[in-house]
Amino acid sequence: MGRYVLKRLLILIPTLIAVTIIVFTLMNFVPGDPVMIALGAGTHTPAEIEAKRIAMGLDRPFLVRLAEYLKGVFLHFNFGTSLIDGTSIQYQLITRFPNTLKIAIYSIIFTVVIGIPLGVFCAQHANSVGDRIALVVTLVLDSMPSFWLALLLMLLFALQLHWLPSTGSGSFKYFILPTLANSLGGLAGFTRQVRASMLEVTRSDFVTTARSKGISERKVIYGHALPNALIPILTLVGMRFGGMLGGATVIEVIFSIPGIGQLLVNGINNRDSTVVTGGIVFIALTFSLIMLLTDLAYALVDPRIKAQYTTKKKKSGEEDRHHHGGRHGEAEAT
Amino acid sequence: MKTKKTDISSLKPGSLRYVWRKLLKNKSAVFGLLVIALLMILSLLSPFICRYDYRSMDALHTYATPTADHLLGTDELGRDILSRVLYGARYTFIIGILSTAIAAVLGIAMGAAAGYFGGKVDSILMRFLDIFQSFPMLILAMAFCAVFGTGIDKCILALGISNISGFARLMRANILRIRNMEYVEAATSIGCPTRRIITSHVIPNAISPIIVEIAMGISRNGLASSSLSFLGLGVQQPTPEWGAMLSSARSYIRYYPHMAIIPGIFILITVLSFNLIGDAVRDILDPTLKE
Repeated sequence: MGRYVLKRLLILIPTLIAVTIIVFTLMNFVPGDPVMIALGAGTHTPAEIEAKRIAMGLDRPFLVRLAEYLKGVFLHFNFGTSLIDGTSIQYQLITRFPNTLKIAIYSIIFTVVIGIPLGVFCAQHANSVGDRIALVVTLVLDSMPSFWLALLLMLLFALQLHWLPSTGSGSFKYFILPTLANSLGGLAGFTRQVRASMLEVTRSDFVTTARSKGISERKVIYGHALPNALIPILTLVGMRFGGMLGGATVIEVIFSIPGIGQLLVNGINNRDSTVVTGGIVFIALTFSLIMLLTDLAYALVDPRIKAQYTTKKKKSGEEDRHHHGGRHGEAEAT
Repeated sequence: MKTKKTDISSLKPGSLRYVWRKLLKNKSAVFGLLVIALLMILSLLSPFICRYDYRSMDALHTYATPTADHLLGTDELGRDILSRVLYGARYTFIIGILSTAIAAVLGIAMGAAAGYFGGKVDSILMRFLDIFQSFPMLILAMAFCAVFGTGIDKCILALGISNISGFARLMRANILRIRNMEYVEAATSIGCPTRRIITSHVIPNAISPIIVEIAMGISRNGLASSSLSFLGLGVQQPTPEWGAMLSSARSYIRYYPHMAIIPGIFILITVLSFNLIGDAVRDILDPTLKE
């Protein structure tokens, strides 16, 4: 297991450095001169502009600035300062991250707590009326843009019924609507995945064996089928969680929650390229880290994945093909 | 074989013709196809069939709720919402389809190259795609929007590039899966020429999962484009793109919710239709689901 973790980390680090290089380079091409943006509106003499350019270190070659940025990010977790107000981006990220994290954690808990029992129910009663209704509802929720759902929820629960606050952040009740808006769409897909996975597992031999041994149906479902059905679901949970850490952008903007996504959108709209770079690099860091943890958890529960990495090389499309044809193809591919 | 109907059982499972024929027997897929066709036709004809131009403002009838005169009401400038929504359908379709096309063409080429050549080419392409996969899709699209600026063409490009890695990975996995299949081994062993294996075995079997991904990609990108426009990063006002319409309606939601509800319903119907088609194609192509 240790070797596997090491291998994954060795792949992750250069990827993250490459990500940072690419984002930094891309943001260098954002329209608008950063010096003029930092100086703000009004007239400035060429001497003033030049002095500011030197003060910001933008007179130095691109590669020097890039190297300095990489050093800052990876050694000191320093993302520079905002062009507009000169505040530390590191400070912004650290103070905003808890809000984004809260939405992500609440959303994932909501998704899992509702999605797994519902998916199991649908699989157990496949093609019944309840299953059909769940299918239609989840299909509709899945196709709904989250920002529209957010507006509808806000309209109903905040503006009409006055049950919950419409915008802002603070106590738990501020996060109820954002959590619902953020997770209902994903919940739909999640439930369908649990259902499909459960259906597949209940058809497999070990479930038949368990049943034929006379174990109660409850134990068969919850003791034998469900743990195995959850293995592919684990990746899904990780991906969703990782996505939510950077992906609740629209929700944060609608409910005016000061999170990472809102920072990014404000940065793009204000042409604050340093904030945008910092935000995107930070999202890539957290997202990659969560994906890595997901993969490790996956390897922990499914030994076949671990075997892929620890035994020599090659991970072809499928991991369980060990007959001659498979090996032959793999040998060719490498 | 030109126009004469062939029996469905004589068609190869997985061939385009087979998928199409099966699709027409699936109720929800036919519903999806009809809705999309209807929306496309209405959008093209909207300048001729709608009573009001989508741009014309009417200061006397602002914020009107649905009436016989304005079937879906008017917005803050007195523009007819029905005309705007129908006209605006074209943006969602154009952005969804073109960005998916860009992603599919580049992704398939990269994935096929990686899967076919293997070795160094494979490693380099896959490491490159790892970089793309270090972000959630919408964040990547936002980053490109920040660089390219706003507008329909830039939105298409941003979404297109952001979606390459999905297609590339799918195509690569496909090629690897197929080249290990018994039927390819069988064809090789009876001396079938490589060219023929590629054209009659590899391509037809690789293309089907791609079709599912394309249908899903169009709906995903249509949704993403409205999200981007909603955030003010994609298509801008006063273009009647649905996300942009919703974005401006947001300020008036307390008193005039119809302005925000209507474009959302259209997004929902369109995305739902593409998802129904995608689901149906997936079921048709999945041999384990056949009874």
